[in-house]
Amino acid sequence: MDDKIIEVNKLSKYFGTFEAVKDVSFTVNKGDVFGFHGANGAGKSTTIRCILSLITPNNGDVKIFGESISTNRFEILKRVGSIIEKPDFYKYLSAERNLEIFARISGSDSTKKDIYKMLDFVGLNGREKDKVAGFSHGMKQRLGIAQTLLHNPDLIILDEPTTGLDPQGIIDIRNLILELKNQHNKTVLLSSHQLSEIEIIANRMLIINKGKSIIEGEVSKLLNAEELIVNIEVDNPEKCVLLISEHFPAIHIQEIKNNQLLIATDKNVIPDLTKALVAGEIQIFAIESKRKLEDFFIKIISN
Amino acid sequence: MLLKSTYNEFIKIAAKPRSYLGLGAITILVGVILFALKADGMSFIEFVTSSFEQTLSFEGNILNGNLVAFIILQMLVIHIPLLVALVTGDLVSGEAAMGTIRMLATKPISRTSLLLSKFIAGGAYTLLIVVWLGIMAVVVGKFLFGSGDLMVLNSDGLVILQEADINWRYFGGFTVAFLAMLTVSSLSICLSCFSDNSIGPIVTTMAIIILFIIIGTLDVSIFDNVRPFLFTTHMAAWRSFFEDPLPVADIRNSIVILLIHNLVFVFISLYKFNRKDITS
Repeated sequence: MDDKIIEVNKLSKYFGTFEAVKDVSFTVNKGDVFGFHGANGAGKSTTIRCILSLITPNNGDVKIFGESISTNRFEILKRVGSIIEKPDFYKYLSAERNLEIFARISGSDSTKKDIYKMLDFVGLNGREKDKVAGFSHGMKQRLGIAQTLLHNPDLIILDEPTTGLDPQGIIDIRNLILELKNQHNKTVLLSSHQLSEIEIIANRMLIINKGKSIIEGEVSKLLNAEELIVNIEVDNPEKCVLLISEHFPAIHIQEIKNNQLLIATDKNVIPDLTKALVAGEIQIFAIESKRKLEDFFIKIISN
Repeated sequence: MLLKSTYNEFIKIAAKPRSYLGLGAITILVGVILFALKADGMSFIEFVTSSFEQTLSFEGNILNGNLVAFIILQMLVIHIPLLVALVTGDLVSGEAAMGTIRMLATKPISRTSLLLSKFIAGGAYTLLIVVWLGIMAVVVGKFLFGSGDLMVLNSDGLVILQEADINWRYFGGFTVAFLAMLTVSSLSICLSCFSDNSIGPIVTTMAIIILFIIIGTLDVSIFDNVRPFLFTTHMAAWRSFFEDPLPVADIRNSIVILLIHNLVFVFISLYKFNRKDITS
């Protein structure tokens, strides 16, 4: 029971007749990086807003640290840090002043030293006195992370934290989340519309579509259980087809084009197939996994 | 937490460039009036007193600081609501437009405290505007034009107030003027709770004031029952402090009605803000 950090139970939210979230349930355990995945408009942000009491749900309830957010909001939010959609700050104030403002009402006793330390941690040292109006999107995201972590929360909720970031920024945020989990034992709820991001960072995940939960479980099991599509480029495709048909009847050849074969197979068959091709004196130029997480997602939601 | 949040609001108001528009506007407007009265004030006074010349003779410094301050107040009090609403109408909706309301609402502070801190900060800003108007009108007016008895023309005729009998009247007048402006501040914050953009509440506040003033001045019997309860009717209650004898009952009535308006606006705001889905 103590391991359950977030418990969302049959959560529903309507905006007029629009069903934004319908009967969504999931649990985030202590130490999880929980991926919350769905296409744009799937209901991720609405669910997160309900979790943080920004929106009142029509049905269902949310418990954080074992307490209901509707009755124990104050104590719960002291232990939660969050960025919803994008971090917005007072543009006419400096980074330092912005953090002071949010720290003051975060229930922590953050000192100026803590603020400077946090700004340094997110790579904004030297920009403390600069007005946020002059910050790039990436810098605002970093400041948002600083705002989230300043009061040392146990639960961190990040809604699309890498949106609009450059590749280096995305890597930095990913590493930061992994550091928070591995070195600081934080629990993270990470919402993202990029499945690849969740695959890299999260250990458990939920897929939501059109406001409804589709699938929930461990990321490794959910994503690896799928059939792999592999593109093989060889010197003699006809010989290759013959070999596969004789020795690997379970492999389904989907397409033959020029010197390339597109096959559907279990991941564990690939090493044996490679050995067999080499033994059959077939030259292999490339073996490339064509399994796309996006395809997986589309398959899941279409089911 | 309320105090901490109020402190935050003060920081935000102090850092916003638009907060200085009101102070700058008052400085310029009063400056222009003072310059005009200094340059050609006597012809203005002669025009006003010409109708009394048959029955009264005027001696001494009629165009003194007390009269100048009264003229300034009369001319400007009706325009101050715009300067107040410019800042207070933005306090909630501006945060919604910027997205910072979302950040604030995820912190361990109740929405009631969050909103009350905005009312307190808005009230403090309104007080600053009224005090600045007082300093510019009374202090600078007396500095430039000297002191003297105050001659006031009201609906009952000409009232002449002794110099020693004036300062407390200004204090009372500015206090009631502040209460009237506080009502404007509360109204604009209240409207701000219903909007996610900054301009809407400011324009709506001014539209309501203009509408109520029109209702108040239209001599149509259908509005007779409504007129005494409109806050705009009592926005000129400061003037009652310059009547002799002092209409205490009228002043008390105005204060009560303005206070009730403030309370109603605060309660409506709290009701709305506490139930509002923050989707911005």
